[in-house]
Amino acid sequence: MADHNNTHNSHGGERHEHGSVKSYVIGYIISIILTIIPLVVVMNDMMGRTATIAVIMVTATLQFLVQLVFFMHIRDGEQPRWNAITLVFGILILLTIVIGSIWIMGNNQIGMRM
Amino acid sequence: MLDNIKEFASEFFVTGDPLIYGADASIVLATLGIVFVLTYFKKWGWLWRNWITTVDHKKIGIMYILAAILMLFRGGVDAVMMRTQLAFPDLNFLEPEHYNQIFTTHGVVMIFFMAMPLMFGLFNIVVPLQIGARDVAFPYLNSLSFWLFFAGAMLFNLSFVIGGSPDAGWLAYPPLSGSQFNPGVGMNFYIWGIQISGIGSLASGINFIVTILKMRAPGMTMMKMPMFTWSVFAASTTIIFAFPILTITLLLLFMDRFFGAHFFTLDGGGNPMMYINLIWMWGHPEVYIVVLPAFGVFSETVATFARKRLFGYASMVFAMVIISIISFFTWAHHFFTMGSGANVNAFFAVTTMIIAIPTGVKIFNWLFTMYKGRITFPTPMMWTIAFIPAFVVGGMTGVMLSVAPADFQFHNSYFLIAHFHQVLIGGVVFGYFAGLYYWWPKMFGFKLNEYLGKWAFWFWNIGFYVCFMPQYLVGLDGMTRRISVFSDPNWTGLNVVSTIGAYLMGIAFLFQVAQIGYSIFRHEKDTTGDIWDARTLEFSIPSPAPEYNFAVIPQVHSRDEWWEEKERRRRGEKPWQLGPIEPIHMPKNSAIPAIMAACWFVLGFGLVFHWLWMAIPGLIGVFICLYARSFSAHKAEYYIPVEEIERTEATLRGGAV
Amino acid sequence: MAQSPAHGTDHHDHHHAAGHHDPQDIKLLGFWIFLVTDVILFATLFATFIVLRGGTDGFETGAELFNMTGVIAETFLLLTSSFTSGLAVLAMHQNKVKPMITWLVVTGLLGAGFLALELIEFVELVHEGATLQTSAYWSSFFTLVGTHGVHVTIGIGWMISIIIQILRRGLNSDTKGKVTVFSLYWHFLDAVWIFLLSIVYLMEVM
Repeated sequence: MADHNNTHNSHGGERHEHGSVKSYVIGYIISIILTIIPLVVVMNDMMGRTATIAVIMVTATLQFLVQLVFFMHIRDGEQPRWNAITLVFGILILLTIVIGSIWIMGNNQIGMRM
Repeated sequence: MLDNIKEFASEFFVTGDPLIYGADASIVLATLGIVFVLTYFKKWGWLWRNWITTVDHKKIGIMYILAAILMLFRGGVDAVMMRTQLAFPDLNFLEPEHYNQIFTTHGVVMIFFMAMPLMFGLFNIVVPLQIGARDVAFPYLNSLSFWLFFAGAMLFNLSFVIGGSPDAGWLAYPPLSGSQFNPGVGMNFYIWGIQISGIGSLASGINFIVTILKMRAPGMTMMKMPMFTWSVFAASTTIIFAFPILTITLLLLFMDRFFGAHFFTLDGGGNPMMYINLIWMWGHPEVYIVVLPAFGVFSETVATFARKRLFGYASMVFAMVIISIISFFTWAHHFFTMGSGANVNAFFAVTTMIIAIPTGVKIFNWLFTMYKGRITFPTPMMWTIAFIPAFVVGGMTGVMLSVAPADFQFHNSYFLIAHFHQVLIGGVVFGYFAGLYYWWPKMFGFKLNEYLGKWAFWFWNIGFYVCFMPQYLVGLDGMTRRISVFSDPNWTGLNVVSTIGAYLMGIAFLFQVAQIGYSIFRHEKDTTGDIWDARTLEFSIPSPAPEYNFAVIPQVHSRDEWWEEKERRRRGEKPWQLGPIEPIHMPKNSAIPAIMAACWFVLGFGLVFHWLWMAIPGLIGVFICLYARSFSAHKAEYYIPVEEIERTEATLRGGAV
Repeated sequence: MAQSPAHGTDHHDHHHAAGHHDPQDIKLLGFWIFLVTDVILFATLFATFIVLRGGTDGFETGAELFNMTGVIAETFLLLTSSFTSGLAVLAMHQNKVKPMITWLVVTGLLGAGFLALELIEFVELVHEGATLQTSAYWSSFFTLVGTHGVHVTIGIGWMISIIIQILRRGLNSDTKGKVTVFSLYWHFLDAVWIFLLSIVYLMEVM
């Protein structure tokens, strides 16, 4: 996977990378596998609660990365990759919003119960 | 039939208050006056071609600034009315319901429809000129942003005379803003006025980030960008991460009110505290969004008027980037009293204290820039100097507020009111005034009268302290915000003093209006294009800038490129080697943004009154506009031929290119 | 970074502006940033759903009402459409107009299939008594999933307009840019759906 893009980048003259049928097919297959894993785990009650949540989140994150690399070509293009930098900050803010809300609102509910 | 119409009209129009009848009459008269003047002088075509359909960033910037000054007037009148009521609470100048509406619209207008457009106005005028670009990255989108802001602002202001103003505070906390306790249309105006203009703000944020990343003159690396451009970059980054949160929060409140959903209701499992949590996730970054560009302005004016390079450039950049990131981690300090427990409060108290550090770094950098400089004091510099003590005091009281246990005492008292007015007026308004005075000749090609400007300055500053210092005291004494009457006689004196200060600021605004009027009348031309002997690229071209900005884009070698260029010329060294003039590629005007914004207005108005027969055509209109643009965008460009550029340059520069 | 040496063969003008701002590059970056703002938009909706999922008001939740067969079918339809939109972009880079349009149409049909299943799911839920007004849980469910559905709907409308433009004007740097940007949008919607599936559905029925 990694060599695939590196070979293209090493040309330097080529501006956009477009991937190949092969890279799309690989991405598609990995995505399908990563979708099936949590489905099987959840539908058959194979693991405990925490472990299931972990499997779901890890496979989802991996699949997101697969989409970014194989379909959206996040690693291609010129330096500096402003799109990737923006995305990293976006994910930082995303985590802040979600985790911050859970933390603050969860603590409110503890307070209300008391 | 007639009775039906009467009944409808009495609900549709706001009735029963002489102040509002007065406003009705003046709005009608002003509209008729404008229509008459435009028709009489046959200016409709001029208005359409040169302004409404324009995609020129300089003209869009001017429109933003005009709208902002108008909104400053409206918000200011609100403020003066509130202060009048509080100086003489027994006179019942404002009924309590009316008072609620006024403090709500004052806050909304000042933040969304004054500070934001004034900020975007400065972005528009300055950024492309400062980085040596012909326009922003997406000129069409830029025009759309302006018209969405304008449609939103008009929709919001309409609530004053049609349907009734919102009255649940500037951030409209539910359940008070929910349909159960606020069944009227005022809150709907609030939601859609802000929502529509917010979409425009988001688009502007994207636009300026791409402009700064991709449109800089050759040789201008990120670390050679002028500091104002850096501040725009930091503010725009904050916008793109903060404004989607606002969009969703307002959407959810709308779902509650329109569809009877249960996000923030007291029944059905909803949780009003979630709204407070979400709105401040946007709201706290928002205050940094408006203040960062002010920091940028000060960095420009300090360097220009101290005749020195900006001290600590890299630390300034670093401080701004850090501020824009940390601003996303402090939001809970707005609701320490909500009861989220000690851990949450401690975390957010610490982040709030941390964010004061980079701000302090910036203050010291400005002071060091002035140290041993040959400082002159024209009005932009006066506002800069006035900013420093105002912001230091405002910042210190902010640190006091950040101490979570103490905040239980300060929360929602006049101490808080004094604090945020001190940073918003002392920081944002002073900064934008400094910027407005600094770049005014660049925008319009004539100077502003300094004498009247100084009067305005002193009235503003004295009024500012007279107004807000007593509020700290009365706040510590226990006076809470949003009350229109009080019974404690100890508060009367301080409130009267505060009101005097508000009137002084009102007089200061009149001086500024007089200053602008007089300067238009005198029309003292800025012939050099560089009246401040400034340092950055925007002063290397004539005032006002021609539509293509730079006939030839200069090659940038250093941070203060124009200053270095002037130094080279003074030393008799080889000046800029500008290439030959080539045909310039420009975007064509487009009517679609204004039409699309009008469709948004129709959509918003329909949703305010729950009139789907009106909202749905509005929505369809929006999509038709999107399609029309998609199909015509590739034809929306043209070239300015070389001869025309040469002719324009010859007229503007008196022959010497 | 903007001064890239290569001007593609189909770049219509070399001497615009300062001569080195590639308009397609600029649009692509602008669109990326827009997508990141959309990430924040969905993040806020996810946060709301997670915080309010306890607000059931005594009514049943998804654990009892979700029909997972339909949801799994939706997942694979959208995932496949993401793949086919990628194939359309590949065909575009080889200047094969007909295969490209075919793949785009396939993408649109798969997307429409996804929407149809989602609509059926919503109708079934409403029949069970779960509506926007039922509880905070269902308000946030319908808003979150519905916002994604609206995005897919807009995407299909947008794609139709792009196909029409390509049929009229053929492939050039402008229409190619549109297809590239559209495919990014479509992949993004699939990425959002992964998290919808994980957080809204799987974590609910487990």
